[in-house]
Amino acid sequence: MSVIEKVRPPRAPAAARETRVTDEHGRRIRVWELALRYTLLLIVLALTVGPFLWQLSTSLKGPTEDIFSSPPTFLPGHPTLHNYARVADTIPVWDYALNSLKVAGANVVTNCVGSALAGYALARLRYRGRGVATLVFVLAMLVPVEGIVIAQFTTMRELGLNNTLIGVVLPGSIGAMNVLLMRNAFRNLPYEIEEAAFVDGASAWQRFLRIALPSVKGTLAVVAIFAFMGAWDDFLWPLIVLSDPSRFTLTIGLNYLHGTFAGDERLVAAGTVIAVAPLIALFACLQRYFFRGVGEGAVKG
Amino acid sequence: MADLTARSRVRRQLPTSPWLFAAPGLLVTGAFVLYPFLSTLHNSLTDRRTLIPGRFVGLANFRELLHDDMFWTGLRNSSLYVLGVVPALVVLPLLLALLVQKNIPGITFFRSAFYTPVVASIVVVGLIWVWLLDERGLVNSLLETLGIGRVGFLSDQWLLLLSAMAVTVWKGLGYYMIIYLAALANVPRELHEAAAVDGAGPVRRFLNVTVPAVRSTMVLVAALSSVAAFKVFSEVYLMAGPSGGPAGEDTTLVMLVQRTGTGLTGRLGYASALSVVVFAVTVVLMLLVLCADRRDGT
Repeated sequence: MSVIEKVRPPRAPAAARETRVTDEHGRRIRVWELALRYTLLLIVLALTVGPFLWQLSTSLKGPTEDIFSSPPTFLPGHPTLHNYARVADTIPVWDYALNSLKVAGANVVTNCVGSALAGYALARLRYRGRGVATLVFVLAMLVPVEGIVIAQFTTMRELGLNNTLIGVVLPGSIGAMNVLLMRNAFRNLPYEIEEAAFVDGASAWQRFLRIALPSVKGTLAVVAIFAFMGAWDDFLWPLIVLSDPSRFTLTIGLNYLHGTFAGDERLVAAGTVIAVAPLIALFACLQRYFFRGVGEGAVKG
Repeated sequence: MADLTARSRVRRQLPTSPWLFAAPGLLVTGAFVLYPFLSTLHNSLTDRRTLIPGRFVGLANFRELLHDDMFWTGLRNSSLYVLGVVPALVVLPLLLALLVQKNIPGITFFRSAFYTPVVASIVVVGLIWVWLLDERGLVNSLLETLGIGRVGFLSDQWLLLLSAMAVTVWKGLGYYMIIYLAALANVPRELHEAAAVDGAGPVRRFLNVTVPAVRSTMVLVAALSSVAAFKVFSEVYLMAGPSGGPAGEDTTLVMLVQRTGTGLTGRLGYASALSVVVFAVTVVLMLLVLCADRRDGT
């Protein structure tokens, strides 16, 4: 997907012609069309990324700057990290971030391991009841989380796990959607390689670990990214299950910050930047795999 | 290799049941999805509260719903949300996908950048927009600079709901854009060329070639976005506050579930009945979209 692959250098000497921009079929794109496309792209860019930049700008503005000025000033006059220190003084934002990280990390591990195992069992192993097992995951995928949170809450209470991070992780720890994604990935592998291993006497466990799993890394990466983002972003469930402020995750902590210090926008802005920066960084690093994985597997279902 | 064979001899003697592979997944799904689902159905027929076990009351909760003004407000808002959000989320991401489809220099950057709102937490997004739409916020500063004057996006009941819808659309654009991108990649190029030879301009080609080719994806997007829109919680909760804006007029159904079902005085039975309504409506929405698809298709 890199830019270099797509822009073919002109065959004629550069001096003779302008650099030609061609589409994926090698056809030339006219200049006016290109200009129109870039104009539209920049407008959408301003609309999608602008709000984040405005938030960043607000978080960097010092106490003496007018953040409500009209017309608005986009660049902070005297950029300062003071607000970030103040957030940490007001709420234990780094503890909350650590809690979110724990929850998201656990969610990645359980989802990758659990859905790979179950997906393999659904796709590659033969046993009575396989159809029923598949049906369980399909049905579970159809149940809307919003409709069962109250019952999940009482289930957690019966298990004594309310107000714990384990309680936050458990309901989404092995997503039915992820199991079915992994099942599809395993099904698309050719049988021959595994058959050879089977003849050589490899157990199901060995075939899974050494042959099948390394071949579905792409889908596994998508599951990992979705699991991380899902857990890091989740709001409704932690809001219901956590009541002790010392155990809040970042999303709940931010909502609390907003509720308590609604007037202090610089503070809230700094908090949101802390919450969103790691995700944007993570996504920027992984976007290549992400777009490829989503394009190939997830949408076709 | 010698190591592998030696170990495999040991391993082969252990019975590796396929069920062991599926067990963790089945256990989690059973305990935290299917069991809660069944217990929601069961609880909806009881008067269970947070600290009181509750007894069977039949359909009393559902009868009470019919006379509960808050329920109708929630149902109205959640339904309006579907009507407002779904058309925008079916059309706009498709246009966006067409815009980023062509591989011009730097397009990878734009694709990733347009996806940023999807990546950001809903809480972050909510708080950013609360700040932007505040009485003294950026949008109002710009409006004032343009001479239009300030607008109470977050204080008026309907403007608030509309603003929340706009935020939902804003956050969803990138997500559905990716789905459309995958669909557009499968549209045969020959169709476009044939249409172009027949003298069809870009708009005609879009309507007569692109739209029919991605129709099934549009249905998928309609189904996904309508179900998600009906279950809206976070956007409205963050922008209107836990109590649902002025006089609770912006409460959605899921907000009502959260409010009635939690806390020491939580009415679990009643909240479960509300949940059953949420579940039933999402099923109906799915069926409606799928039926509409079938009727158009034949």
